[in-house]
Amino acid sequence: MTVNNLVEKMSLEVLNLSDGEKTVTGGYTGDLLSWVMSRASAGDAWITIMSNINIIAVASLCDVSCIILAENAEAEQSVVSLAAEKKINLLRSEKSSFALSCELGRLL
Amino acid sequence: MSEPLRFHFDVDGSNFTSAGEASIQIKQKLRQLGFAPDIIKRVAISMYEGEINMVIHAGGGTADVYVLPETIKIVLEDHGPGIADVELAMQEGFSTAPDSVRSLGFGAGMGLPNMKRYTDNMIIETELGKGTKITMTVNVPRQ
Repeated sequence: MTVNNLVEKMSLEVLNLSDGEKTVTGGYTGDLLSWVMSRASAGDAWITIMSNINIIAVASLCDVSCIILAENAEAEQSVVSLAAEKKINLLRSEKSSFALSCELGRLL
Repeated sequence: MSEPLRFHFDVDGSNFTSAGEASIQIKQKLRQLGFAPDIIKRVAISMYEGEINMVIHAGGGTADVYVLPETIKIVLEDHGPGIADVELAMQEGFSTAPDSVRSLGFGAGMGLPNMKRYTDNMIIETELGKGTKITMTVNVPRQ
């Protein structure tokens, strides 16, 4: 499944979509950046409520396929701009991390 | 190749948001050089944790990366307050980071343990009031 498919099937809001054809191979849910960084795998869709600028570096270092901000977590323009610059797919939903994880699990 | 490739970065201590820039650049360089993804991930994560530590605790510092085919060495150096109790700092969950940093998703006491976990060797040289130097090496298995 590609990130484009994910956006459509989960009705995600697109904040930045630099590489929609990237393959989603799994999922990881977490907000503690050091924890996520050491556990998330390349290709995972990363679900989090953390929306500060450091998530872009973490996503980039882990090679996740996209970030999904849960519960409409507010992302500043600087975060969206950096996502575009680093080619990180940044998506958002009003649903909780739990609900998004369940939905992603069913789709994978 | 006897001389290592060397990359030098200044880590800006006043700007928490730019932390990670050096690690991302190193990740790209190592990818261009053809290193295996797991080696790149280990180097990049260790370096990023180190960068974050220097920004949180030491007002910035420098990062130097020496690349050889069989080993990658990362040297992080700062002139911060030093680490009072290295053994304690190495314990997962121990942190002296302020709440402002915790609210950003860091400061969980995982930085140094992660750095040790992801490298083959880590040496911490620290002096209170003077600063800290951390040398980490990642061995590259022969293909």
